[in-house]
Amino acid sequence: MELIVASTIAVLTAGGVYLLLRLRTFPVILGITLLSYAVNVFLFASGRLAIDMSPILSRYGEASYTDPLPQALVLTAIVISFGMTAVLVMIGLAAYLEAESDQIDIAREDEAKPAKDDQA
Amino acid sequence: MMHWIILPVVLPALLAPLIGFVMRHDMTLARAASLTGTVLLLAIAIGLTSMAADGTTHIYRLGDWPAPFGIVLVLDRLSALMVLLTAVLALIVLIHAITTGWDARGRHFHALFQFQLMGICGAFLTGDIFNLFVFFEVLLIASYGLMIHSGGRERMRAGLQYVVMNLAGSTLFLFALGTLYASTGTLNIADLAARIPEIPEEEAALVRVAAILLMIVFAVKAALFPVQFWLPATYANAPAPVAALFAIMTKIGAYAILRVHTTAFGPGSGGTEGLVGTWLFPAAIVTIAIGAFGVLGARRLMPLIAFSVVGSMGTLLVAVAAFSPTATSAALYYMVHSTFAAACLFLIADLVVTQREADTLTPMPASVQNGLFAALFFAAAIGMAGMPPLSGFLGKLLVLDALRTPGAMPWAWSAILVGSLLTIVGFARAGSALFWKSTATPVTDPDPEAITVHDVPEPVRATPMQLAPSMLTLSVLALLAAFAGPVSAYLEDTSAQLFDREGYVAAVLNPGEEG
Repeated sequence: MELIVASTIAVLTAGGVYLLLRLRTFPVILGITLLSYAVNVFLFASGRLAIDMSPILSRYGEASYTDPLPQALVLTAIVISFGMTAVLVMIGLAAYLEAESDQIDIAREDEAKPAKDDQA
Repeated sequence: MMHWIILPVVLPALLAPLIGFVMRHDMTLARAASLTGTVLLLAIAIGLTSMAADGTTHIYRLGDWPAPFGIVLVLDRLSALMVLLTAVLALIVLIHAITTGWDARGRHFHALFQFQLMGICGAFLTGDIFNLFVFFEVLLIASYGLMIHSGGRERMRAGLQYVVMNLAGSTLFLFALGTLYASTGTLNIADLAARIPEIPEEEAALVRVAAILLMIVFAVKAALFPVQFWLPATYANAPAPVAALFAIMTKIGAYAILRVHTTAFGPGSGGTEGLVGTWLFPAAIVTIAIGAFGVLGARRLMPLIAFSVVGSMGTLLVAVAAFSPTATSAALYYMVHSTFAAACLFLIADLVVTQREADTLTPMPASVQNGLFAALFFAAAIGMAGMPPLSGFLGKLLVLDALRTPGAMPWAWSAILVGSLLTIVGFARAGSALFWKSTATPVTDPDPEAITVHDVPEPVRATPMQLAPSMLTLSVLALLAAFAGPVSAYLEDTSAQLFDREGYVAAVLNPGEEG
């Protein structure tokens, strides 16, 4: 199971990083989403992998439970990354509508253009 | 238990939704509420600073859960200083935003501004790394909104880059936290400081990975090489008052490095000792160089200032990288100084750009208040570059004095001194193009009637209230230089407290001694 979880995180991260380095907004957003999935699974695994155990102690002295803290952390991280992705989509959309292009990079001629307009 | 400690977080958190939902159609009311809230925040910050000044570490346990299990807020001299710095800066920036009308150019400026303050104050006060992550997200999501305030093509695209950069940084932060939790089983800074020395050095590899990952995350915030590239585009395209407020944002990265890497991974922590400083030092040296060359090469005013911020962060982090009490107190002095110097430059640049209607560094017909603006810009540039009358000189002197160890001295001294020289040349070039050559440029308006001042449709003179915030920041710089003795004595106590790991751990983990 460790192998499956580890390779899942690896594949998600690799895909996320690849997409993050694309030049268009939409793949970048997908990349961020994949990365956040990867990190959620990773955080979940940081409390050690345990199968079929409850995250609370049912009886004191009983050692078979799984660490509840990473689950709480993952929940927080999911909420935050979901909200952030929504904000990113909105800003990406606004930037696309303003610039009529979804290139992430600010091209050199774009940078020079407002300066030229001002001089004229 | 003192409830005052949570107030810098709760007050803006309550005020922001009120402004956002109830007062959104009434700009006057929103301005009044935001201003009142920021003044109150300043009063609270002064109160907290006087509380922390005696050197005790105050603890606030959220939900009254004992420290390693619940989240704690920790108030010591350093966090009190940072909250005070935030409050003073916020008030100045807010006055500027209101008097220049920046807040009315888009929606929800004041609500976002208060959320931003909540995130910043929370990040400075928290004693738990995951909570630090949450407050980072709070301040970032508010800063996304502020960054694209009033919109525009270039600003939206720069904003998008900024958001993507920070989201990637947040993901990295979570990876670092997962690694840290997996290897130590705690995320409380004091508990980490207690547990990391117990890990045998040959098993500390994961902790070292986590320490470096956290350093990269904080370096993204602090605009350290090689992750500094987001800063010039962001600061240059952000609304000027927001850029001035962002002067504190880079300092959050520096603060987080100071707090986490001194207390948890710093001197006396066994396996991770000296690891971060080794990497931080060369990166900071390169950052100084990038800042200096950027200032020299910038063709517009706002990127010029943004690059000078990069350079000042380099100087600050060179001092931080030494991880010694002397260097840290020098870094703290320089941190306070560079926050106000950067904010001051952005505020003055806003006034200049508003009158010139362009921020290119080319001679244009002199604006109405050319002399006044030239004087203000000159003073602020002196502060930023580190020339004698203002506090920048003392700050750099303290940093240089603290870095006299044989290994660090040749690199740090040459980088800071040559960097300062290039910055001075860059600012002098900009100033002469903006103000001096402008007086020699004839007014080339095709309409001859527009030459006389009275016929120009809008002879926009900056009102005294619009000038007040920039002058206020300049006077803060002057005061910082005039009272350098008492201030640096206080900062020496602050860094002594920061390096007192045992005291910090005992105060946070043994609730009986504090209350």
